[in-house]
Amino acid sequence: MLEYALIAGLLFGLYFSLIGLGLNLVFGVMRVVNLAHGDFLMLGGFAAYWLFTLRGVNPIFSIPIVFSAFTLIGWPLYYLLVPRLQASKDPEMLSLILFFGLSQVIEACATIGFGTSEYSIPGDVLGSEPWHILNQTFPASWMVSGIASAVCIALVYLYLYRTRIGYATRAVMSQRDEALSTGINVHAVSALAFGISLALAAVAGVLAPFMFGSILPAMGVAVTITSFAVIVMGSLGQPLGTVLGGMVYGVALMLMQTYASSWANLLPYLVLILILLVRPTGLLGKRVRHA
Amino acid sequence: MRNGLRHLIFVLVPVVAAFAVLPWVYSNHLLLFNFVVFLVLAQGINVIYGFTGYLPFGYVGFFGAGAYGFSLLVLRMHAPPLLALVAGALAALILGIILTPLLRLEGAYFAIASLAASEVVAQIISNPNLTNVTQGPYGIRLSGVYAPRFAYSVAVVILALTLLIVVYLRNSRFGLALQAIRENPVSASMAGVDVVRGRTIAWLLSALIAGLIGAVYAWYISVFYAETVFDLGMSIFAIVFALFGGTATIVGPISGVAILYGIYNGIGIATPQYFQLIYGILIMALVSFLPNGVLPLLKRWGINVP
Repeated sequence: MLEYALIAGLLFGLYFSLIGLGLNLVFGVMRVVNLAHGDFLMLGGFAAYWLFTLRGVNPIFSIPIVFSAFTLIGWPLYYLLVPRLQASKDPEMLSLILFFGLSQVIEACATIGFGTSEYSIPGDVLGSEPWHILNQTFPASWMVSGIASAVCIALVYLYLYRTRIGYATRAVMSQRDEALSTGINVHAVSALAFGISLALAAVAGVLAPFMFGSILPAMGVAVTITSFAVIVMGSLGQPLGTVLGGMVYGVALMLMQTYASSWANLLPYLVLILILLVRPTGLLGKRVRHA
Repeated sequence: MRNGLRHLIFVLVPVVAAFAVLPWVYSNHLLLFNFVVFLVLAQGINVIYGFTGYLPFGYVGFFGAGAYGFSLLVLRMHAPPLLALVAGALAALILGIILTPLLRLEGAYFAIASLAASEVVAQIISNPNLTNVTQGPYGIRLSGVYAPRFAYSVAVVILALTLLIVVYLRNSRFGLALQAIRENPVSASMAGVDVVRGRTIAWLLSALIAGLIGAVYAWYISVFYAETVFDLGMSIFAIVFALFGGTATIVGPISGVAILYGIYNGIGIATPQYFQLIYGILIMALVSFLPNGVLPLLKRWGINVP
């Protein structure tokens, strides 16, 4: 039981990290909160569903397609929404409203297109043989989703720490004004980060039918809240702290589902509050302020 | 204090009088009641966010606490509604006191932690293991005390109280001290403002406001579930209304509710998806073209608003 909960928790932790990663990237670079994050995840899920049922594309191969498509969507969307927002008095709080509106629009369009029912993709398209680890059995779809999440996280790490544009992105994260004055094209860097963030959400959406069981147009808000919990645990504006937050969230969720299932929904929130009270800026936060 | 008197006469009195008279003129009483609820919630957000800069995403937690405090006293003790109302307010106040440590957090951290706290309360209340105490997931039925007209009048009284608090904050040294804390806590504390005391009082005031209106809400609709009174959408609506009008003012949240909730109900005739679509586009357009709310726009045109 314990081994099962821990390993499943780590797999879900990887997946939750992927969900939160994009949201945290946008917050870190632009200081705006994308409340429509979960809705982009939902759109990614429906793209995968559509590719699978109409074109017979295996979700594994949908991942690169969806990733490029959503990066291309994110680029112009950034120029449409964010610069205008940053000219305002309190961009962080105002972004909550703007993206709440966007989330409403996306959810409405998805409901018009797909109705209110749930959709799923059979789990065995990711492999029908269950995997055995430490005498425990796990569905292949969980393993594949966990591995795909890990690969995406690794790619984000490479992008941020091993490329020139990633270096510029981190510069914008730590000091926007100074990055601007050293000649970094802040808008181009931000637009790319925005695109990548939406793409990460969409890739998580491709895996959502396997990890959540099904997808439906109204799932966005709940996903956004979960990703928030994950990134706040890790530390806002620190994309790789998200991985730590995701792991804590995943393991806590699975332990609770195993040992006290009727209280399982409660625990992630309690963990979040406890972590924040002990470390007010998340697990990897640098500044701790006492007032 | 002359300004304060002007605000009372030109803002508080007309708004309260309008809602006191409207039920005789307009027949959709539920809509009027909802307007009062959102006016109070938006002003409650104004007290905590507008004056101290803390944005509580889980503000609805206090609303739900008030609703359940009220209902449990009525169901289990058979208390008269007005006494139960006090219990609802106390429940929200106690929750506020328990959550005071959250004020150590800043910005988005505070927003999300308060959301998590509200979720925790909602999950505990709707847990099937507690059915004997809170009715768990089966919801509350208060047919014994059902009295919508009386509840509506009490809601209008609460609206008046809330507006009174905001008028006071807008025109007093204390309100000014809170705004100083919002702009820069360190400087405020150097200038002799008791930062911790100030923000705690504002936090508890806003909790009390939400608890009171939550209790009246439970009384008015009398049949509801935990998801109804802990609905995150309610927090978001109240925040959107307050921010849209302009915070740290008296008429800002009022005009936000009047315009946005008015439009919301105006286009409510279409199918829900199209309605949601139009509403979403509208919010995005408003934020993109009026990023600081409506009131600063009026100020730029030389019209000074309270």
